[in-house]
Amino acid sequence: MAEPDQTTEESGGGDAGGPDVVAAGAGTAHGSDEIMIELQEVTKRYPGSNEDAIESLTLQVPKGEILVLVGPSGCGKSTALRLINRMIEPTSGHIIFDGEDVTTVDADHLRRRIGYVIQQIGLFPHRTIADNIATVPRLSGWDKQRTDARVDELLETVGMDPSMYRDRYPNELSGGQAQRIGVARALGADPLVMLMDEPFGAIDPITRDRLQNEFLRLQQELRKTIVFVTHDIDEAIKMGDRIAILGERSRIAQFDTPERILAAPANDFVEDFIGSGATLQGLSLERVRDVQLNTDYPVVRHDVGVTEAQRVLETSSEDWLLVLDDDDRPARWVTLDHLDRTDKRLIENGRKVTALAEPEDTLRDALEEMLLSNAGATVAIDGRGKYHGVIELETLMNVLQRMRREAKAHYARHAEPDTDDTSVDA
Amino acid sequence: MDGIQSWVEFVVGRPGEILGYTIEHAILVAAVMASAAFVSILVGIAVHESMAGRSVALSVAGVLITLPSLALFAIFIPVFGLGWTPSFVALFLYALLPILRNTVVGLNEVDPAVLESAKGMGLSSRQTLVKVKLPLAWPVILTGIRVSTLFITGVAAIAKLIGGPGLGHYIREGQTRLGLPLGMERLWTGVVFIVLLALAFDAFYLILNRLTTPRSLRSRGG
Repeated sequence: MAEPDQTTEESGGGDAGGPDVVAAGAGTAHGSDEIMIELQEVTKRYPGSNEDAIESLTLQVPKGEILVLVGPSGCGKSTALRLINRMIEPTSGHIIFDGEDVTTVDADHLRRRIGYVIQQIGLFPHRTIADNIATVPRLSGWDKQRTDARVDELLETVGMDPSMYRDRYPNELSGGQAQRIGVARALGADPLVMLMDEPFGAIDPITRDRLQNEFLRLQQELRKTIVFVTHDIDEAIKMGDRIAILGERSRIAQFDTPERILAAPANDFVEDFIGSGATLQGLSLERVRDVQLNTDYPVVRHDVGVTEAQRVLETSSEDWLLVLDDDDRPARWVTLDHLDRTDKRLIENGRKVTALAEPEDTLRDALEEMLLSNAGATVAIDGRGKYHGVIELETLMNVLQRMRREAKAHYARHAEPDTDDTSVDA
Repeated sequence: MDGIQSWVEFVVGRPGEILGYTIEHAILVAAVMASAAFVSILVGIAVHESMAGRSVALSVAGVLITLPSLALFAIFIPVFGLGWTPSFVALFLYALLPILRNTVVGLNEVDPAVLESAKGMGLSSRQTLVKVKLPLAWPVILTGIRVSTLFITGVAAIAKLIGGPGLGHYIREGQTRLGLPLGMERLWTGVVFIVLLALAFDAFYLILNRLTTPRSLRSRGG
């Protein structure tokens, strides 16, 4: 799920916007140009190996953004992540953190300024939840009062009642709760940066989805700079403001927004990696409120009478007529057959409208509704349920074409390799 | 039945004497355990991260524990003479292995994810040892100390052969008077009070474990 403001910014101009939209998209997703984390030609070669594990990795993460490193197993994405907080020391290259070269500073102090969440969580089993969360504040010398207040605040932040969970031990938590505490602990001393290594990888799909949504909501408020590692392209698309698709030895195959990666994969490797679901994924990045709805669809109020309904449907090119109720809410789908065969009132005739989409729904939701509906169309409604327009297959295809066009235009404008937005597979 | 009655009479007739030997025995075992635990844990900490160090330390402690106890007690007579000191040294060497092994195992079986997150939060290796590894290994170490204590409480009876203190006195006396009046009574006094002392130590460790281990760790280890 992309963040709404980003989607608006990237696609807001609609079809006419062309170059301007691309220019807007070329900035950072949240309008900040400040770089929080920068890797400069970082290389890692393990002793005794004659091949680099990481080969000259250069990338930048703007302040407040989520960068997702995604790639097949063994591409070194976790290694790349662990270079940032120097869990692994680079063989060469520089790591710049908030403008400061931290390649050689005291690693323990550096790590206290960076939240770190791993898949296995690694809560301290011998400490209470409160003590776990207080780890970094205490290391940083916070006094007891400030630490206690912070612990309660963080428990609230991750949606767990402090009075209930403060004094529990990690083995008394479910997997999802433990991962929430893992996130709370990483946020302990309010670090500017979070590194997350497949944080939701070991959690069942339903809980994972909920945690991802919670985390994105949290990120709306916190605006941390986050580097997130996953092997799951769907998760990358959902979580990332930007995605770096990594190939062997962590070479960047493509570095861009999820929208553009899906619309214009840079090469065969990326295309293979994002897989055949890319188009559907692309639809899940667009919201109903941002698309051009079909407002020419034959629509009548239920009280206009059957003759008028027949006239409207006959003069249109559609097979189905949409009937609205007293409050302008979509009620029935009817065909000419329905109108001819029975004397039923319009509000009882035909079939009930089931496929509805609200402004916040994604186009992927709208497509699913459409496939299940009788009329082969999804009715877009506003927040109060009033009729707004109709989404047809054509509507969706137009959106996909627009996304592809925008991505191509973007790459045409940025033909020069540009470390910020594009990176060419060497 | 006669045997039991006469044993009870023997014990009831000399409470002070038996208590005295029991206290001697307990002090010897406690002194041995305190020093052996201290040394084993320090050595365990020093070697637990190095494969070579670990095998050397465990082999040495392993050889020590296999030495025949009669011989081990006698070996130190030329160096320390008779009495308390050679008894202490011999028992100390016996006590090392279970504690050392459990210290090494306990420190090494800490979940790698816990260590990874500790390091990731900026704990130094010393802080990780003190705040994470040792508390997590503690139930396992305590089990080693407990096993060692039970073992040493029994073996300490042999100390009497080289003039050492403790309840071995009754066993030795009983042996030399086998067939004579009150021979068996003495032997059984030694055995029974050593077992009772061992049970008392065991109870002590159970309480210590309760007091020093958070409830989340209590299901495993000690």
